[in-house]
Amino acid sequence: MKNSNGKGRKALKQFQAELLLKLKMHSNPEVLCLVRATLDRAAEALHFQAEERRSIVRSVDEALANVMRHAYRGKGGLPIAVTFRRLYGQNHPEGNAGIEVLLEDKGIAVKASKLVGRKLDEIRPGGLGLHFMRQNMDEVEFSRKHGKNQLRMVKYLTTTKTEAGSEGE
Amino acid sequence: MQIAARESQGGIILDLSGDIDLAHSPAMRKALLGEIKEKRTPKVFLNLKNVRYIDSSGIASLVEGLKASREIGSRLILYSLSTTVREVMQLSRLQKIFEIYENEEQALSS
Repeated sequence: MKNSNGKGRKALKQFQAELLLKLKMHSNPEVLCLVRATLDRAAEALHFQAEERRSIVRSVDEALANVMRHAYRGKGGLPIAVTFRRLYGQNHPEGNAGIEVLLEDKGIAVKASKLVGRKLDEIRPGGLGLHFMRQNMDEVEFSRKHGKNQLRMVKYLTTTKTEAGSEGE
Repeated sequence: MQIAARESQGGIILDLSGDIDLAHSPAMRKALLGEIKEKRTPKVFLNLKNVRYIDSSGIASLVEGLKASREIGSRLILYSLSTTVREVMQLSRLQKIFEIYENEEQALSS
């Protein structure tokens, strides 16, 4: 499955990841607000600015909604695992470089051909969730392993992106 | 999410509050389309001042409402967008498609 940003992939290899929080939830839309609140606080603790926190929350919320609507076809009570990991530099374990979010579900396999956002010049309802994710996050990766869909998203802190960009040149 | 309705200026004001997400956007959609399609309300104002969050399903409902209003020649007017709602409208490139005003006074006098 394609990455959304080739440069980002190279940059990620410079970082270590530490488990922050793991959530086990069911496909119940009423729970989405709890995940948003939790993630917002986690992102704040990692020193993301307000606008970045909104981007992260929006992306994860949209991803979860997509799991519920598409992978699980609207059926409630099915398992979704959400893992948040703190990224830090190999030589700077006390500093924060970003956040990695991993979603896992046991729903129907995601077809790569459908993982393309629609054109925004079409004024019609639907099809915006994926666009929001790709616009807001630095890395968006879909994969399928052991019968589970996995979605991995990464958001780097602004200073991290600046350093990674210069090193990639 | 809560929805309250009040009459004003030959139309209806829907005061929305809370989160318009996958759990709650169906209720907003139902209220909105009910006013536009069933009651044929000529002007529907959406007060978004107290909307903390809106997702793509909420945006989809707004777009549905806009299309329905255009089909019957009525108006759908949004006002008092919060930062997060404004951001989502910009991400969706819909900020120039909808009628949007800063506050209620401007919306009602439009």
